[in-house]
Amino acid sequence: MTQVPSDVIRTADGTPLRLSLQRTQFQSRLRALMLVLPLLAFLTVTFILPILDMLYRSIDNRIVASILPQTTVTIQAWDAQGGELPDEAVFEALVRDMQAAFKDKTLGRVGRRLNYEKPGMSSLFRKSGRNTRKITEAPFKEQLLAIDKRWHDVSVWRLIYRESGATTSSYFLASSDLRLNDQGEIARQPEPRRIYVTLFYRTLWMSLLITALCLLLGYPVSYLLATLPLRTSNLLMILVLLPFWTSLLVRTTSWIALLQTQGVLNDLLVFIGLVPEDARLQMIYNKTGTLVAMTHILLPFMILPLYSVMKTIPASYMQAARSLGASPFTAFIRVYVPNTVPGIGAGCILVFILSIGYYITPALVGGRTGTFISNFIAVHISESLNWGLAAALGAILLAVVLVLYLLYDKIVGVSNMRLG
Amino acid sequence: MALPVHFSSLEKGWYYVYRGICAAIFVFLVAPIFVIVPLSFNALPYFTFSPEMLSFDPAGYSTQWYREFFTEDSWQRAVQNSFVIAVFATLISTFLGTLAALGLSRSQMPFKAAFMALLISPMIVPLIISAAGMYFFYTRIGLTSTHLGVILAHAALGTPFVVITVTATLTNFDHSLTRAAASLGASPVQTFFKVTVPLILPGVVSGALFAFITSFDEVVVVLFVGSVEQRTIPWKMFSGIREEIRPTILAVATLLVVISILLLTVLELLRRRNERLHGLSAQ
Amino acid sequence: MKQFLRAAVVSVGAALLAGNSLATELTIVSWGGAYTASQQKAYHDPYVANNPGIRIINDDSGAEGLAKIRAQVEADNVTWDLVDMVASDAIIACDEGLVEEIDPDTWLAPAPDGTPASQDFFAGTLNPGGTNCFIPSIVYSTTFGYRTDAFQDKQPATIADVFDLETFPGKRALQKRPINNLEWALIADGVAGDKVYEVLSTPEGVARAFAKLDTIKDHVIWWAEGAQPPQLLADGEVVMASAYNGRLFSAIAEKNQPIAMMWDWQAFDLDGWVVPKGVKDLGAVKAYLKFATDTQRLADQAKYISYGPARHSSGPLVGNHAELGIDMKPHMPTNKNNVTSVLNFDYVWWADHRAELDERFNAWLAK
Repeated sequence: MTQVPSDVIRTADGTPLRLSLQRTQFQSRLRALMLVLPLLAFLTVTFILPILDMLYRSIDNRIVASILPQTTVTIQAWDAQGGELPDEAVFEALVRDMQAAFKDKTLGRVGRRLNYEKPGMSSLFRKSGRNTRKITEAPFKEQLLAIDKRWHDVSVWRLIYRESGATTSSYFLASSDLRLNDQGEIARQPEPRRIYVTLFYRTLWMSLLITALCLLLGYPVSYLLATLPLRTSNLLMILVLLPFWTSLLVRTTSWIALLQTQGVLNDLLVFIGLVPEDARLQMIYNKTGTLVAMTHILLPFMILPLYSVMKTIPASYMQAARSLGASPFTAFIRVYVPNTVPGIGAGCILVFILSIGYYITPALVGGRTGTFISNFIAVHISESLNWGLAAALGAILLAVVLVLYLLYDKIVGVSNMRLG
Repeated sequence: MALPVHFSSLEKGWYYVYRGICAAIFVFLVAPIFVIVPLSFNALPYFTFSPEMLSFDPAGYSTQWYREFFTEDSWQRAVQNSFVIAVFATLISTFLGTLAALGLSRSQMPFKAAFMALLISPMIVPLIISAAGMYFFYTRIGLTSTHLGVILAHAALGTPFVVITVTATLTNFDHSLTRAAASLGASPVQTFFKVTVPLILPGVVSGALFAFITSFDEVVVVLFVGSVEQRTIPWKMFSGIREEIRPTILAVATLLVVISILLLTVLELLRRRNERLHGLSAQ
Repeated sequence: MKQFLRAAVVSVGAALLAGNSLATELTIVSWGGAYTASQQKAYHDPYVANNPGIRIINDDSGAEGLAKIRAQVEADNVTWDLVDMVASDAIIACDEGLVEEIDPDTWLAPAPDGTPASQDFFAGTLNPGGTNCFIPSIVYSTTFGYRTDAFQDKQPATIADVFDLETFPGKRALQKRPINNLEWALIADGVAGDKVYEVLSTPEGVARAFAKLDTIKDHVIWWAEGAQPPQLLADGEVVMASAYNGRLFSAIAEKNQPIAMMWDWQAFDLDGWVVPKGVKDLGAVKAYLKFATDTQRLADQAKYISYGPARHSSGPLVGNHAELGIDMKPHMPTNKNNVTSVLNFDYVWWADHRAELDERFNAWLAK
C-alpha cells in the first residue's frame, strides 16, 4: 500500500479530494469539448480542408515530375549553369517520357504548365510529342533537335531543370510580379506584364478609402443613435438594420439603377440642368461605382460596433468636461472620442476585412478600374485555368485577412462580436 | 429631444447642421433600397423613371415584371431552390452551432479563444477563397452540382452567426437557474428543455435567421459549387445583371426587400422579448 | 406550407439519389439563352421524341466548360456527358487528355448522298490545331454592329473605322480579352491580314497593337457576356460594338433595333461538341451525337439562330427563319457576300501566347 500523507482531504469513498476534483474537472472539460466537436468536425470537412487543399495548389508542382518522370531525374546530373545542352541520356529520357505522355494524352498538361513560365512551351511540346512517335533508337539528341530548333535553346532545358521538383515557387513569384530568369535569379516581370502588385495595392487602397468613408458617415449617425432616447433610437436603428438585412444583390442592383448613364441620378442631374444631356456622368463601372456601392453595403458593419460602444459612455463624462470649462468641441474631441476608440477599431477592422475580400459588387459595378484581387482569382479559376496562380493570390489575400482577424481578436475579442 | 435652453446660437446652428447631416446619411442608407420599388412597376424595360411615371400616368406603370417572375419556370425553380437550400442549411448550422455555443460558454472549455476564432472564421475568410476551395474539394468527393453540396457549404458559412448569437445569449445566462432546477429534482434533460432552451431560444432563433439569410443571399459559393439544377434567386440575379439587365430583377429585388422587412420585424420582436426576460431574471 | 415541405423533401431526396433514376439522363452543357434554345428545338426535342427513354438536362455553364471539365476529370468524377465548346478550348481539353478522341466516320452520320462525315465537314474543322476530339456544329463569327442612327453622312464600313474617332465619334464596346482585338488593331494600323500573327510574334508588333488600342481606350466599354453588346447598342450606350453575329442578328431581325452589321474582317471561330473522358454511358452519348450532328439537324439549327452549319451538305438545306420567315442564307457568316475579308484565328499561336498576353492585356486595362 502506498503511503498517503495523513493531512490529505478525502471524499467519502476515500480518494483524495484533489484527484476527485481533477477527475470531475476533466470530465466537464471533456463534456464541453464534446459539444464543440461536431461543429469542428463538420467545418473541418466542409470548409477547412477544402481551403487547405486549394492553397496547396499554390506550390504544387507534381505535374512536371509525374508526366516527365525519367527526364526530371536524369536532368539532375546536368550542369544547368554551364551553357551547354544536356547530354544524350537526358534527351533519351525526354523522348521516352514524351512518347509515353503522348500516348496517355497528358503531354499537353506539361506544355501548358511550362508555358506559364515561358511562352511557346505549349506548342513546342505539342509539336515534339506528335513527332517523337517515330523515334525508336539513338541518337535521340540529334533527332529531337531536328524536330524543333527550340530544343537548341539552353533556357528551355534550364526551365525543365528548375521545375522538376515536387514544389515550385513560381506561382508566388508570379503573384508578386516577379519571375525566375534564365539564370534562375529572381527578377521583376517586364513592365507591361506587371499587374498583381498594382491590384493588391488598389484593393488595399480602395478598402482603406471605403473604411474611411464608412467611419466618416457612420460616426455621426452612431453618435446620434447613442444620444437619442431609446424609443427614438430604436426606430432609427431600423433604418440601419434594413440595409443590413437586404440582399447584397438587391443593393447592388439599386446602385446600378441609380448610377448608370441612363439612370436615375443622371436623369435628375440633367433635369435640374447641372449636367448637359450629352455629357452624362460616368459614375458606375469604374472606381466610383465600387466605392459608393461598397460604402453603402458595409456602412452598417461600422455603425453597429460604434453604436454599441457609444451606448456605454455615460453622458456625465461630457457634462463633467463642460462644467470644468471645456467648450463643447473640446469636450467632444478630448473626452468623448477617446472613449469610442474601441468601437472605431472594431468597426474599421471589420469593414476593412470584409472589403478586401469582396467579389460580387466589384464584379458587377467595378468595370475596368474598380475590380479587386478577388475578381482576378475568379478569372484564373474559371477562365485562364491557372489554378496555381489563383491559389497563390488567394493565399496572399488570406494571409492579410487572417493577420487582421487576429488583430481584431486581440483588440475586440471575437467572442465580443455582436450582430444587430 | 428638445434643444437645451443654455445653447448658444452657434451651438444651435451646429445642432441643426448636424441633424441635417445625419438625415442625409439615413437617406443614403435607405433611399437606394426603396428607389427600386417604383422602378419595378415601370411599363418600359428600363432602369429609370419614364416621363409617364413621373407624371403619374397609369400607362407608365405595369405589373408585367411581376407576372414574368411568377410565371417563368426558371424563376420559380430558383425560388424553390433558394428556400430548400436555405432551410436545410439553416437546420444544420443551427443545430451544430447551438451545440458548440453551449460548449464554448462553459467555463471549463479548454482553448476557448482559439476554438472561437476557428469557428467564426467562415464569416471572415473571403468568399472567393472559400468558394474556390469548396469547388475543387467537393468535385473530388462528388458533391458539386448537387443540392447536398450547396447545403453543406451554406451550412458551414452560416454556423458563425449561430455561434455568435447563442454565445451572446449565454453570457447573460444565469447558471444558478440550472443549478436551482437540478436541486429541485429536475433531470439534466428536463433542466435543458425546461430552463435552458426557453432562455436561449431568442439567441437560437436570431442565429437561425442570420444563417437563413446568409444562405438565401449567397451567390459566390453557389456559382462555383452548384450547377444549373441548383440555381438560386441570387444566382439568377447575378447572371441577369451581367447579361441582359431586365426589370424583372427589380421586381425580384422588391419582393426580397419585403422579405427582409419581415425578417427584421421578427428579429426586433425577439430582441424585445429577450430584453424583457433578462430584465426579469436580473431582479 | 405542407406543400412546400413536400416539395423540399422531394427535391432534396431527388438530389441525393441523383443518378439512380430509371431514364437515361444526358447532361448537356451549352451556352444558355438563345443558343441553347436553338439546340433544344433543332436537336434535343426531336431526339427525345424518338427516344422516350432519354432525358436531357441543359446545363448553361458553357462559359466555365473547360475549367469544370478539368476539375471533374482531375477529381475522377465526371458528371457531364457532352459539352459545347469553342474550338480553342477543345484543343486545350484534347491536348490535356480531358476529352475523348473521336473517329468521325464511325461516330458521325454520313451526308445524305453518302459522303463520309470526315469529307462532309468543312476542311480542317474536325481537327483544329491538329487535335481529334472536336465535332464542330456551327461556324460563328465575332464581327461588328453599329447604330444606324448614330452617324449622318457616312456609315462605318471597315475595321479602320472602328478606330476612327473623328469620323465616327462615340463609345465602342469590345470584348474584354486580347484575342481578336489585337489582330483588328494591327489590321486597322495597316498590317496585311495574313501577316497579323507574324507581326504579333515580335515584341514590337505587340506594342504596336496595344498602341493602336490606346487611341480608343477611353471610349471603350468592355463586355464579357455575349448578351451585353446588343444590349449596349440597343440602349444607345455605345455606337459600335464587336459581338457574336447571331446575337446581332437577333437584335436586328427579331427585335427590330436600329443596328446594322459590318462584316469587314469578321473573325471566324467554330463551336461544337466534346465528350468528357470517363462519361458514364458513352454509348448513349454517341447515339445522341450521331443524330444531333447529321446534315438535317445542323441545317435546322440555322432556322433559330444565324450561325452557319459546319457541314457542306447542310448549306443548301438552310431555309427560312422559323418565326419571321425570312431567308437565313444571307445572314450566315459563311455567305459569300460576307466573307470578302476574314480573320482566320490562329489557335496554335494563341495557345502559346494566351497566358502572357492575357496578363499584359489586364495590366493595360488596369492602367
